[in-house]
Amino acid sequence: MIALACLAFLVATIAVDGVTGFVRTTVALPVDLTHLPVDARTLTGRSANLALTGAGLERSVDAAATRAFGSDGPTLLGDGAWLTVRDAVRRHPDLLARPFVIHVPVTSAIDIAYKHGTGSGPVLARMQQLKPALDSEFDRDFFTSSDATDPTRAGIWGALKGSLLTIAVTLLLATPIGVAAAVYLEEFARPSRWTGLIEVSINNLAAVPSIIFGLLGLALFLGTLGMPRSAPLVGGLTLALMTLPVIVITARGAIRQVPPSLREAAMGVGASPVQLVFHHVLPLAAPGILTGAIIGGARALGETAPLLLIGMRAFIAAAPDGLTRPATALPVQIFLWSDQVDGGFVENTSAAIIVLLLLLLVLNGGAVYWRARAERRS
Amino acid sequence: MTVKMSARHVSAYYGDLRALDDVSIDIDTQHVTALIGPSGCGKSTLLRLLNRMNDAVPGARVEGSIELDGQDIHARDMDVVELRARVGMVFQKPNPFPKSIYDNVAYGPRIHGLARGRGELDAVVETSLRRAGLWDEVKDRLDDRGTALSGGQQQRLCIARALAVDPEVILMDEPCSALDPIATARIEELIGALRGRYAIAIVTHNMQQAARVSQRTAFFYAGRLVEYGDTSDIFTNPRATSTKDYITGRYG
Ligand SMILES: Nc1ncnc2c1ncn2[C@@H]1O[C@H](COP(=O)(O)OP(=O)(O)OP(=O)(O)O)[C@@H](O)[C@H]1O
Ligand SMILES: [Mg+2]
Repeated sequence: MIALACLAFLVATIAVDGVTGFVRTTVALPVDLTHLPVDARTLTGRSANLALTGAGLERSVDAAATRAFGSDGPTLLGDGAWLTVRDAVRRHPDLLARPFVIHVPVTSAIDIAYKHGTGSGPVLARMQQLKPALDSEFDRDFFTSSDATDPTRAGIWGALKGSLLTIAVTLLLATPIGVAAAVYLEEFARPSRWTGLIEVSINNLAAVPSIIFGLLGLALFLGTLGMPRSAPLVGGLTLALMTLPVIVITARGAIRQVPPSLREAAMGVGASPVQLVFHHVLPLAAPGILTGAIIGGARALGETAPLLLIGMRAFIAAAPDGLTRPATALPVQIFLWSDQVDGGFVENTSAAIIVLLLLLLVLNGGAVYWRARAERRS
Repeated sequence: MTVKMSARHVSAYYGDLRALDDVSIDIDTQHVTALIGPSGCGKSTLLRLLNRMNDAVPGARVEGSIELDGQDIHARDMDVVELRARVGMVFQKPNPFPKSIYDNVAYGPRIHGLARGRGELDAVVETSLRRAGLWDEVKDRLDDRGTALSGGQQQRLCIARALAVDPEVILMDEPCSALDPIATARIEELIGALRGRYAIAIVTHNMQQAARVSQRTAFFYAGRLVEYGDTSDIFTNPRATSTKDYITGRYG
């Protein structure tokens, strides 16, 4: 009951703080690009961005801001404002031919002043002046961009992708190995001092603080094996070490749940030990094993400490496009943002936490659903 | 009359506990051998030794020799899987696989490669279910789960499953203890019908059942085989007083 109340409180505060993180404030900016030395017909393909940048688009946008809001105009816009203009022009090259009005993101201070009414006196006053031109919109870029120095431009896509790659590596490694170990211990190993030792080690490993696994990953994968730093591959391997004992323990539990009468039935018609495992034990234990894997994966997904140690905490402004490319992970990103001075990152932090919690909720919900489905079938 | 299985001077242990003590007994083809005796006297243990089911029990040991068609079942070149295919087992509690009725019966033939192609497998499944007296009740619902049948039907399904691998010996451990009198009568009828093809050993606590279905009866007491002979002799003219006390219901 108390736990539930705490959880509700946590979710409520995060939701209140975080929801505004998915929204950004924009200002209506009249722009005139007719003088820009760019031919609308050549704006195709990869070179388009370069052409627009080279033609001085950023300066034109700053000039437009000065014209619209006064000499401090450019400082009112977010760092990414001119990128919004650029993307709009790329989508509609005819915008080059005539003056137009476009909503561009404002700087983090104005954004917060507008959303929450907090900030220093001058900022609040400036916000009041701008108010008629201000507007809120859903921040799609939050899901498609990566880390950035400007909180209005920072997004979670890079961290999310890093997390997903890492977890994929973790589960693809830990599940088969963990299940194989559990099957061996339950079905084939004769009880001996050796298996006893293995059993005790596994149980103890499950209780080892996760940062120790980070040290192990640092020493083993980066030190001894010389793998690249900050890579999802290394993160996945490290978290696999951490998840393995959990999966072995839950898988053994699930295997032990298989009724002895069914084992005897299979043995009675002449099933070999291997057939017994693959035809009867594993199918019956599958829901339990799956639940264990999902719970282990969810735990790994929320893990920060080991990833910090293997260097997945760097400032990385692009989503990783490979298992060995530098990446960060969602919880690490949250940790990094929570450390930032700029108030805009507070919202980002909360919003990222909401995404992480939703992800965990989906995973755990999936585990519950699978379990229920499997129980209905047998 | 041929001896199908013979046990000589067999003792069985669970750890330090001796469950069977120097037992020698024959199981004949085309006969039903009833194993009777008070609870804990080692009947199930003997049955489980005959197809080496006790191999999987930690701490279980066996001494003496057990032969199937004159071949030592503990010999190095004896394949346990093949032994269990030749010596089938039906358990006290019906234990169908959580699969369809069809797959329950087809499982044995499949893993032993006894049927080539779907047609042949269908035929094996039908024959086995007919022999187990279940065909008419399930022929329209072969895809239903075996676990959805009634207890008596489940037990006959388990018998069909055992028959499907074409065994030579069938071991039954109190196959009717979970069943009502009508289902019991059906199984007894079935045992009578199967007798001509197989060597059958059945453990039962029901004296009338032993008298009705068996031609041979073995009475066990505290791990020892006290008396073994024709069922008619044992029931009309028991030699040992403990046998007499047991079958007249004085104890057990
Ligand atoms: N798996 C086991 N581990 C340890 N001891 C066992 C095991 N199975 C049976 N025993 C012991 O062996 C003895 C014989 O057991 P068994 O099951 O053969 O008796 P039973 O004649 O079949 O009895 P019941 O009529 O109650 O089924 C008993 O004392 C029992 O406690
Ligand atoms: Mg018994």
